[in-house]
Amino acid sequence: MTAGRVAAGCVFAVVLAPLAAVIWRAGGLSGFGAAEWAAIRFTVVQAAVSAVLSVAAAIPLARALARREFPGRGVLVTLLGAPFLLPVIVAILGLLAVFGQAGLLGRGLGLLGVEAPRIYGFHGVVLAHVFFNLPLAVRLLLQGWLAIPGERFRLAASLGFGPSDVMRHLEWPMLRDVVPGLLAVIFLICTTSFAVALTLGGGPAATTVELAIYQAFRFDFDPGKAALLSIGQLILTGLAALAAARIAIPANFGDGLDRTARRWDATALWLRAQDALLIGAGGLFLLLPLGAITAQGLAAFARLPDAVWAAAARSLVVALVSAGLAIGLALALAVAASRKSRSPGFELAGTVGVAVSPLVLGTGLYLLLLPVADPVALALPVTALANALMSLPFAFRALLPAARAAERDYGRLADSLGMGGWARLRRLTLPRLRRPLGFAAGLAAALSMGDLGVIALFADPEFATLPLQVYRLMAAYRMEEAAAAALLLLGLTLALFWAFDRGGRGHATV
Amino acid sequence: MLRFDGVEVRQGDFVMRADLALTPDAVTAVIGPSGSGKSTLLATAAGFVTPERGEVRIGGEPVTRLAPADRPVSIVFQDGNLFPHLDIATNLALGRDPGGRVAAYRDEIETALARVGLEGLGSRRPGELSGGQQSRAALARAFLRHRPVVLLDEPFAALGPALRREMLALTAEIFADATVLIVTHAPEDARAIAAETIFVDGGVARSPAPTAALLDDPPPSLRAYL
Amino acid sequence: MRPFLLLAGLFLAGAAAAEDKPVLTVYAPDYFGSEWGPGPGIEAGFEAICGCDLAFRTGDVLPRLLLEGDNTRADVAIGLNTDVTLRAREAGIFAPHGQDTAGLSLPVDWADETFLPFNWSYAAFVYDRTRLAAPPESFADLLEAEDLSIVIQDPRSSISGLALLLWVEAVYGEEAGRAWERLAPKVLTVTQDWSTSYGLFTEGEADMVLSFTTSPAYHIVAEEDDTKAAAIFEDGHYLFVELAAKVAGTDQPELADLFMDYVLSREFQAMIPTTNWSYPARLDEADWPQAFRDLPRPGAALFFSEEEAEALRRPAVESWRRAFSR
Repeated sequence: MTAGRVAAGCVFAVVLAPLAAVIWRAGGLSGFGAAEWAAIRFTVVQAAVSAVLSVAAAIPLARALARREFPGRGVLVTLLGAPFLLPVIVAILGLLAVFGQAGLLGRGLGLLGVEAPRIYGFHGVVLAHVFFNLPLAVRLLLQGWLAIPGERFRLAASLGFGPSDVMRHLEWPMLRDVVPGLLAVIFLICTTSFAVALTLGGGPAATTVELAIYQAFRFDFDPGKAALLSIGQLILTGLAALAAARIAIPANFGDGLDRTARRWDATALWLRAQDALLIGAGGLFLLLPLGAITAQGLAAFARLPDAVWAAAARSLVVALVSAGLAIGLALALAVAASRKSRSPGFELAGTVGVAVSPLVLGTGLYLLLLPVADPVALALPVTALANALMSLPFAFRALLPAARAAERDYGRLADSLGMGGWARLRRLTLPRLRRPLGFAAGLAAALSMGDLGVIALFADPEFATLPLQVYRLMAAYRMEEAAAAALLLLGLTLALFWAFDRGGRGHATV
Repeated sequence: MLRFDGVEVRQGDFVMRADLALTPDAVTAVIGPSGSGKSTLLATAAGFVTPERGEVRIGGEPVTRLAPADRPVSIVFQDGNLFPHLDIATNLALGRDPGGRVAAYRDEIETALARVGLEGLGSRRPGELSGGQQSRAALARAFLRHRPVVLLDEPFAALGPALRREMLALTAEIFADATVLIVTHAPEDARAIAAETIFVDGGVARSPAPTAALLDDPPPSLRAYL
Repeated sequence: MRPFLLLAGLFLAGAAAAEDKPVLTVYAPDYFGSEWGPGPGIEAGFEAICGCDLAFRTGDVLPRLLLEGDNTRADVAIGLNTDVTLRAREAGIFAPHGQDTAGLSLPVDWADETFLPFNWSYAAFVYDRTRLAAPPESFADLLEAEDLSIVIQDPRSSISGLALLLWVEAVYGEEAGRAWERLAPKVLTVTQDWSTSYGLFTEGEADMVLSFTTSPAYHIVAEEDDTKAAAIFEDGHYLFVELAAKVAGTDQPELADLFMDYVLSREFQAMIPTTNWSYPARLDEADWPQAFRDLPRPGAALFFSEEEAEALRRPAVESWRRAFSR
């Protein structure tokens, strides 16, 4: 109980103290102009469209995956998780290599004498967000499909249900439960998007709130405006987060996806062809950019400078520390939340990280540290802390269902045996949450690898992280080496996730 | 030994009342229709439910405010008595020490396992045991705790008739020195193990009555249930 | 213990510099201080003569200085730009540099006592000769060109993006808004920073990228590739000058002055062309690398004083934003 309170207190302090510091330094908040309102409007609209499209595209794809068995299905499902974990800069390079003017698609269409549509603009932002979030949606929906007991499909077969009957009686009720929460989660993720809008937006009309915060700081030097925008963002995402918490968030995205329920309703040839087409198209959409990043990065991989490898080592350690912190906080909050039927405080603490502006967080922490220590010397610890806060919501959501299940199934038994504190953690919580813990740790580590939100203000040239080195190589005209460093970032990110997720699965009992 | 003094438990619209005392060092059964409050009675004794009024006493001492683990009781649930991720020996050790240190209680654990016929199975996981063996392990842990009051909440409901009789006999044998309260939905279980039986109906737990007499000549509401 | 020390070395900045030497802290933009910019050479060169430890702090120089106010640890700032210095001047952050600016080789006269130029270039659109046979020769050409795609930087977040904004103001004046409306459809995308733009260009995404007249020198010198060139406009090009300044509150005033001397030294100036890919501010043209001497240069340098730039900035950004919102 107390661990949960301490964790929630820490989270709120780390979110609010820097914001307060920025407001204090600014001497107050400054007003909104037309540009700020436009940024808020754009943020909400693109996030809503991205969420709807991601889920709409994910439904047929998840349905096809749920009812088909084919060689390589397990690998495909695993790889489909990759885009969500990708560092944004890497993902954008990959997307452009496929959908850009000089990308595969553009050149392919060029051969046919057709001009490829421009990726830049509102639709570019949405395309990128769908690329990031479609896999997440597919995995969560697949989970929902697999949660429909196999006996139901047997019953449906005995009653002679066709695909549309199955949809109406079995699949639709599941979708009705899962889809609202899913929409809310993806909406949230897209509201805080920064780098995507900045490259693919095509111009100032595509300014998100986070981008406006950046500009307020960097050019107008108007921390008051930045703080106000940040508060607006907190309110916006806070509302969406509360809505999401009211709707059941699908449990445990991560396990048990390597099986299919035997189906009798979808054996017709045209249905098989349709599913094959869907899986093929979805796979290509998500995997081609990964392939492009690999292809571009290989050229200069062998001559990556030592400074990049040192940065990689640094980023790995930051990711591990950050994952440790995120898991510690998420575990304390999830356990605390699982012991009450309603726990808005813990839920909010577990979710608020998604609404935090990295730039305001970084600036605020910088201001807070300045009088007591050299902020630059603490750049990496601060980065680890900020990354932990940003990945906390995902870790929390991954742990909560399992924590609730453990509490429901074994809470009374543990109470009757007097297992509290450390004994309960070691003997009940950790073993029961092993799989989601591995998954959440992998997620947190991977998300931390790619992030450079706060480091910009603190950076010290000798202590750069890997994403920062990618940008620095680009700034020094070394585009090939930047691509190679991006490939290294991609490889390490996926390896980290895989290792943790694997560790959670190993020796899993029951 | 175990008394309910004017106890009144409220859960939403449901109210359970109990004002009764158990015969010490004997087995008392609890029967009644589903939803009548059998499990609530047990949960109140165990400390999972706090009554709005009245006092639960054990050995004359009030325990109403004590946490479940601080009460001199052992409890065996209908299912989920064993942590599936821990081996049997650790599951038993948890009965003596919430930290679950097996080494400190090695002899006691072996004795308890022998007592329920599970010699040498300490290193198995619950999933590797049969349903009957799992029930035995749960009883072994309750035995190991040496608490004067033992609460059993339909512990053998999932077992077949022969196995259930065997388990009841084992229960009677190993808890001969304890005050035992066992919830069951099978009247024959009550006959087999309990000299006295509490009939719970419509949220009221009646005082224990001799089992044979009660079942042979049931009051109208019990007749309807039977 | 050893792995621990190794880790500490990876993580704790300044831990290794705990010797008795005084430390000169220099704030610089990321590209300047990084492994691949002029930073390492300057650090080695200055440390050889100062008996001190030079420590670069990279990031957004001016926002950081304004944020820190009197608490700043900076002794010197380098990599500022003329278009944003007014606020710093008004905030009283900097002290006079004390250098003789008479010998500077800038296309404009420079007599500022606070900000010391160390290199310069012109804003320009860079293209690939193999893909664009007939580049525009003026802004009018650019506005009329069909089928031409360019990437530019956001003037609200990028110094080169702001330079373009002022360039258009200098050429079109009152008509700048109209010019932007005609330019906007050709703009493939507006990126946050120069690097992303340039990356998109080298990936072949766009025909031209907003950069500098000196950018092709990188490809010629470092990659022996002469396919990249800057389109020279007859309207003249906006001058881009990078500056160094001494922080008023420095606790190392002598070292800071010594650094100002060093900035104009032959050694420092000779490093600039092939590390920061710009023209050095005080070096005879005869001493420039051949590639820089060969680069085509605009006929006229367009330039606003910092007061003019600051006055133009907000309205220009607003009309730029409106042009793109259509």
